[in-house]
Amino acid sequence: MATIKLSADKIDELKDVCKSFNNEKGELINVLHKAQGIFGYLPAEVQEIIAKELNISVAHVYGVVSFYSFFTMLPKGEHPISICLGTACYVRGAEKIIEEFKRVLNIAVGETTNDGKFSLACLRCVGACGLAPVVLVGDKVYGRLSPDSVKDIVAEYSK
Amino acid sequence: METIKINIDNKIVEVEKGTTILQAAKKFGIHIPTLCHLHLHDLNIENKPAGCRICVVEVAGRKNLAPACVTECMDGMVVNTHNIRVLNARKTVLELILSDHPTDCLICSKNGNCELQSMAQEFGVREIHFEGEKSTYREDTSPAIIRDVDKCIMCRRCEMMCNEVQTVGVLSAVNRGFMSVVAPAFEMNLDHSVCTYCGQCVAVCPTGALTEVDHTNAVIRALADPDKTVIVQTAPAVRAALGEEFGLEPGTLVTGKMAAALRRLGFNYVFDTDFAADLTIMEEGTELLDRLNRHLNGDKSVALPILTSCCPGWVNFFEHQFPEMRDIPSTARSPQQMFGAIAKTYFAEKLNVKRENLVVVSVMPCLAKKFECQRDEFKTNGNPDVDYSISTRELAHLIKQLNISFNELPEEDFDHPLGESTGAAVIFGTTGGVIEAAVRTAYEVQTGKKLQKIDFEELRGMEFIREATIDFDGLPIRIGIAHGLGNARKLLEDIKAGKSEFHAIEIMACPGGCIGGGGQPLHHGDSSIIKARQKAIYAEDASKTIRKSHENPYIIQLYKEFLGKPCGELSHHLLHTHYFDKSKEISVVE
Repeated sequence: MATIKLSADKIDELKDVCKSFNNEKGELINVLHKAQGIFGYLPAEVQEIIAKELNISVAHVYGVVSFYSFFTMLPKGEHPISICLGTACYVRGAEKIIEEFKRVLNIAVGETTNDGKFSLACLRCVGACGLAPVVLVGDKVYGRLSPDSVKDIVAEYSK
Repeated sequence: METIKINIDNKIVEVEKGTTILQAAKKFGIHIPTLCHLHLHDLNIENKPAGCRICVVEVAGRKNLAPACVTECMDGMVVNTHNIRVLNARKTVLELILSDHPTDCLICSKNGNCELQSMAQEFGVREIHFEGEKSTYREDTSPAIIRDVDKCIMCRRCEMMCNEVQTVGVLSAVNRGFMSVVAPAFEMNLDHSVCTYCGQCVAVCPTGALTEVDHTNAVIRALADPDKTVIVQTAPAVRAALGEEFGLEPGTLVTGKMAAALRRLGFNYVFDTDFAADLTIMEEGTELLDRLNRHLNGDKSVALPILTSCCPGWVNFFEHQFPEMRDIPSTARSPQQMFGAIAKTYFAEKLNVKRENLVVVSVMPCLAKKFECQRDEFKTNGNPDVDYSISTRELAHLIKQLNISFNELPEEDFDHPLGESTGAAVIFGTTGGVIEAAVRTAYEVQTGKKLQKIDFEELRGMEFIREATIDFDGLPIRIGIAHGLGNARKLLEDIKAGKSEFHAIEIMACPGGCIGGGGQPLHHGDSSIIKARQKAIYAEDASKTIRKSHENPYIIQLYKEFLGKPCGELSHHLLHTHYFDKSKEISVVE
């Protein structure tokens, strides 16, 4: 397992989060939620710290992390790309958009590019069905996309 | 106690309030099949996640069938445990489990001893009506335990043992749905986890998902090698359980037959770990008295309590989880390792055999012993003091494989000099035994008086944590005993907090001690078997003429001819060890 150095500030912040939940075992999911907010993902080191703080086994923490699709152990890219797979987006060709992003970035869904710039994820309806198919880059929404526009979006953030 | 009446299979029965349907049925002779459920009454251990749904029964007025293991009886409840709806449901559940299970029973190491296989036979499954994808997961082989999770049925018994009873916390269900498996954190292999190799997960696994690393073939090869002198040692708990593998009643002592079987297997010398247990008492007892007397004389540098160190699962546990307390346990090696060290020096010299040509095999009720004998500190120039450690189950396989009719064998004795032992040694096999053996010797050495009564009933029993004060001729010695690592943890935390009042503590990783070890014949959830083994151990002790380790004539001879004195220089080199901080090895955090 590769060891990633976590910053001391963030570790303290994580411990404070645990404390804010009284270091209670039953609050594991809430703690993990906040931890993912701090680090962007849940690397093994973070899970070990949480296990120690809540006095539970790391295996148990990992069991919960691996159960919920919301939790991820892979770092998100600087510009996380989320492709909507809601019904409207889906029927208007979201799948082709995914394929194009995978081709252009050379990663699979759930992965991050080697330079750490982009990561690819799918999500369900974002409530902008009129703009289908929709893609989010960070918080910015791109609508009425065609596979051709994918390159331009990536280029916009590659500068 | 409030009682209620229920109708179960047209029989009106009265049960205590709070009784489950499964318990009520059992009480009145109705056998409801179970798979995930496990109840070790005498040890107060229960697993009932109600996950497998094999134990479903029909409760009148309820829409769905109810799992008997968790459904409480209600007054007036009408239960049917075997109508066609119930039978069909059970069979469907079983077929669904089997549809994602390898059907390689013929070559599975659990063949003939598998609860899933027995159930398929009982239910008369002749066809599996469901076809689909099967789980595939890598096999994980550690020095002691093999995980083959394709055979896992997610009963969660291993998780319960690992987390609740042992508090080791290695195993957890991970991932989701079809992808879910029981695995260590981050799905690492066992040898990268805090696994102690206690083997309690193996002891309760209903299928072949968790098994031991099998060394029987290596032993057969060594026995066939004309250049090797092969000797064997057998742990005390083995003789109280081996008979079960040959259809004998639990608690049948087979010491003599076992010695005869080992001789017929071709071992050049059939020795006894009990000899080394007596040796352990000499070393550990001397260390105990030394630490005690220095402490009583006001030496603040001496830490008390002293903890026993015979149990390799326990040693792994504190090296991983309490490394800061690693100076508290006795430095005495376990009997297995003491035997190996003496065999490859003293005995090898006697035989005029090079240590490389002397193969030491141990038969142990334990899986952690497989790991222990591979530790680097127990090797000389890469040659281990104990070459192979096999479990009680593996010995039974060996005997069967070499077509030896175990039950027809005569009773034979162990060979000399490493086969002679006392009653104090044999009780090492049960919880409370090591400390009782130590007390028998320590008392006489400390007080210079003969013990009036050799049996220390106050140290015996099955309660998880026991304590007693023994009067050393006016000096009260406070003794603690814990078995099961979860209970050991409680005593350790007391010591850490400075709350411990004990002078000496015995710890065994497995519930019941070695008689309940991870390498013993499978109890399949019947804890009365472990109790019967305990009774047998004390019976063997009572039948011995010599019952105190320091009176073993061959031990006295060993010190005279070879070792000098207990805790002397040679003893220190051969019979003592030191412990490591292994918390870092298994952590990903710096």
